[in-house]
Amino acid sequence: MKSAVLVFPGSNCDRDLAVAIEAVTGRAPAMVWHRESELPEGTGLVAIPGGFSYGDYLRSGAMAARSPIMRSVADAAGKGVPVLGVCNGFQVLTEAGLLPGALMRNAGLHFVCRPVGLKVENSQSIFTSAYSPGEEVTFPVAHHDGNYQADAETLDRLEGEGRIAFRYTGEVNGSARNVAGILNGAGNVLGMMPHPERALEPAHGNTDGRRLFEGLLEAVA
Amino acid sequence: MKARVFVTLKPGVLDPQGKAIHHALEGLGFGGVEDVRAGKLIELDLAEGTSDDEIAEMCRKLLANTVIENFRIEKMATA
Repeated sequence: MKSAVLVFPGSNCDRDLAVAIEAVTGRAPAMVWHRESELPEGTGLVAIPGGFSYGDYLRSGAMAARSPIMRSVADAAGKGVPVLGVCNGFQVLTEAGLLPGALMRNAGLHFVCRPVGLKVENSQSIFTSAYSPGEEVTFPVAHHDGNYQADAETLDRLEGEGRIAFRYTGEVNGSARNVAGILNGAGNVLGMMPHPERALEPAHGNTDGRRLFEGLLEAVA
Repeated sequence: MKARVFVTLKPGVLDPQGKAIHHALEGLGFGGVEDVRAGKLIELDLAEGTSDDEIAEMCRKLLANTVIENFRIEKMATA
């Protein structure tokens, strides 16, 4: 599978994502700079990394969401290409309008950096098919702006349509209904604050994140 | 021509920064503060003739995230 990892000024998880994708798919992703206007031809997976794109100026993800490469990402998402946004990548996807809602400053104001428990709410998506329904997993989080907010109608719709992929099992950042990760309507765009790429090898403490990439590879291959 | 754009959180949206500022003010002994909401002020230096609609479009497309924020535009008299 040909994949692409976007790189913005201030991204700092781009290489982590690239290592994870290569470890699972056996093929190194293209690293695509934000000034590019087109994804490489035949890109079958787009990954938007964590970090502090553009120094979080204006709002986290706001500037990155309007960078040239994101037009090509929106086109690809519209054609069904899987798009995975982790942490700052989730913020970029909401700012770009590819996912609903917004990620605000953590309710406790602190930067939260620790492993957290997650419940797999939807194990039918291309991203989560390797997990059991309702399974509890542990991924690390590391963010200041992970407080997911949307109006009640949007939250009801996300719940009703099975678009909440992951929920925190306890209080982490004030997110509405403990949302940790959501899918778009078509199910090919996932944004999540926790870092599956940091739970890949036994040396990371646990390997719960590996199955996200393995399931994705199986689903799209 | 200059314009000021005030970006504020919508009513009802929790404002952790405003809450922290509130607590800090109380810590300094200011007892009369009922609530604090923090926002942003963005000053634009614009070409003459920039329309109100264009400025509003800038707000909707970038300066404010209308999911959680409101904006107000204040055009400033030229000196």
